[in-house]
Amino acid sequence: MLVLFLAGAPSVFDSFTLSQILTKALWLGIAAASLIFLSSYGGMISLGQTGIYAVAGFTMANLVHAAGGRNLGWDPWAATAAGIAVATLFGVLCGAIASRSYGIYFLMITLAISVIVFYFFAQVTTLSGYGGIRSVTPPAVIGNPVINPLPLYYAALVASVLVYVGIRYLARTPFGLALQGIRDDPARMQALGFNVSLHRALAFGVGAFIASIAGILSVWYTTQVSPGGINLAQTINILVIAVIGGLYRLEGAWVGAAVFSTIDNYSRLWMPNVGDWLGPDRFETVIGVIFLVIVLASPGGLVGIWESVWARRNRAGRGPTESSGMPAAEEVDGVVDHPAAV
Amino acid sequence: MAPGILLALLGVAVVAWIAYNGVQNGKLFWVVTLNGITLAALFFVVAAGFTLIFGLMRVVNMAHGSLFLLAGYIAFTLQGTLYGVSSNLLSGTPATVVSWIVPLVVATIVIGLAGVLMQQVFLRWNQGQDLRQALITIAISVILADQMVAHFGGIAESIQQPAAWPDSVTVLGVHYGFFRLVVVVGAAIVIGGLLFLVIKRTRFGMIIRAGVDDRSMVSALGVNIQVVFAGAFLIGALLAGLAGVLGGTMLAVQPGNDSAFLLDSLIVVIIGGMGSLGGAAIGSLALGLVSSYSNVYLNFGTTDLTNYSILLTFILVVAMLAVRPLGLFGRPA
Repeated sequence: MLVLFLAGAPSVFDSFTLSQILTKALWLGIAAASLIFLSSYGGMISLGQTGIYAVAGFTMANLVHAAGGRNLGWDPWAATAAGIAVATLFGVLCGAIASRSYGIYFLMITLAISVIVFYFFAQVTTLSGYGGIRSVTPPAVIGNPVINPLPLYYAALVASVLVYVGIRYLARTPFGLALQGIRDDPARMQALGFNVSLHRALAFGVGAFIASIAGILSVWYTTQVSPGGINLAQTINILVIAVIGGLYRLEGAWVGAAVFSTIDNYSRLWMPNVGDWLGPDRFETVIGVIFLVIVLASPGGLVGIWESVWARRNRAGRGPTESSGMPAAEEVDGVVDHPAAV
Repeated sequence: MAPGILLALLGVAVVAWIAYNGVQNGKLFWVVTLNGITLAALFFVVAAGFTLIFGLMRVVNMAHGSLFLLAGYIAFTLQGTLYGVSSNLLSGTPATVVSWIVPLVVATIVIGLAGVLMQQVFLRWNQGQDLRQALITIAISVILADQMVAHFGGIAESIQQPAAWPDSVTVLGVHYGFFRLVVVVGAAIVIGGLLFLVIKRTRFGMIIRAGVDDRSMVSALGVNIQVVFAGAFLIGALLAGLAGVLGGTMLAVQPGNDSAFLLDSLIVVIIGGMGSLGGAAIGSLALGLVSSYSNVYLNFGTTDLTNYSILLTFILVVAMLAVRPLGLFGRPA
């Protein structure tokens, strides 16, 4: 139903709203979904997703016609495929490094990966141009999103649906089930003969694949890519989106992204100036406070709040109903410590 | 054990290459080495606080870099408003020892208290939920970073060192910055020594060491663990504040330094092992020397790879994790 609504959205909203809020929410949602996939099914909270989608974006932007960078003039689709492939491989490599670590260690190692990717592209100007690669050629089907935002909107919508369905499907395959087993008790899964590190590294590769889709869409969306767009602030924004939506609910990725891009847009319009503390430019403060409140009040994010309200209403009204949803979601209520390696 | 052998070979090649270059140009080698050591000293002061808090409380303080930067801004502002010190050569007054020390002390204490406040208000009631605590400190760092841009602007500033101090000292035939070499390295050595004494010789240190090993047991023995936690957080934040003023005098006070020094602290403790002071010292030295050498010696005749020096830091981390996932002196939680 939501998808139908979103498919019809272009006839309801003007092209500014469509492009600035909905398209942005969709690609940010995919990036956040890669994080939520890892956290809800793999028990790994990764801050490396921004670094990985940066690798995809920069690879693609260097291969096609663009101002700055290598400007190799590949076909946009071939470059897209190459960008996703390179970023996924990079993800598997990072996964192999990080997969032996758990919990907070994993968070720190993936954060280091993201920040190092940022410094790499900030330093190596042969790959990132001076101040970024601009006028990146998208495929002809997408065209220029500034002139006509519709094709990119639909591309992002289709990609989002595919990512969502794909993750839900993957969660029910033997690989997905083993991954959830590892999330709950790595030592037991190891004893049962599963290669724990390999599963986690591969899961990180899957997450990287999803993140790289977001990376490609983000470059098409802004038609440029620069180190400034992949800095620590952006790394944290992706985490903020995932937390606002709900770290253990896949749907939360897009809920969080929609809230994020809405606030991003409108806080710049109506936020009053309060000394130097608040104002139209203080979007990061606003989002930081929201993030803080959500983490303190409801670790399950907005989707978590929604579900607990819904559950309470059901309990009061017609008794317990059969809960539908992800197998992972029901057991994990909020941010909990995942069992560390023994 | 194949990766171990490969890494050892790589290490030997790197040392040989640096030694070869060192023989070619001794003065340059010495300056680059001093750069690495002075950077390492600053890294150590920052990372010691970070690793102390983590070791005892399992709190990864992602706002550590923000505290570092905020201390720099506080000291810079105090120097300007209290003493009229500015970097402007024409209209500004140069700094004296007092107008450097007072801002340093005030900024350090303010940051120490801010750290305790943060711990008491936001972290105390989430004890044991380490991921949630990390998220809370991330939120605080986001807010602090934005507010610092709002209040102090985006321009790089720097805290003025006392004009009475010499600009440089001569060591082994090269002139080198006095502040970097004597003050920063001296501060790092004094702090390292003091922390070592406090942790190994005092009752408070004994409780901290016991707390790192087994929190619940210490608590069961009648120690008020909450007071110990607050004390540890105070020391950790004080160190971040002190390092912020030192770093702001040695390098600059500018937006982005918060994430840069958070990353440096992370790398130092990933290499050295979480919660280990000796590990922090070795990790700082490794990071300082690697980043300093790689900025100069990644130059092979016609191919200049110094742009890629950040990759060597990455390789350093990867190599360490491949051999010892918990760092040099890290122990499982």
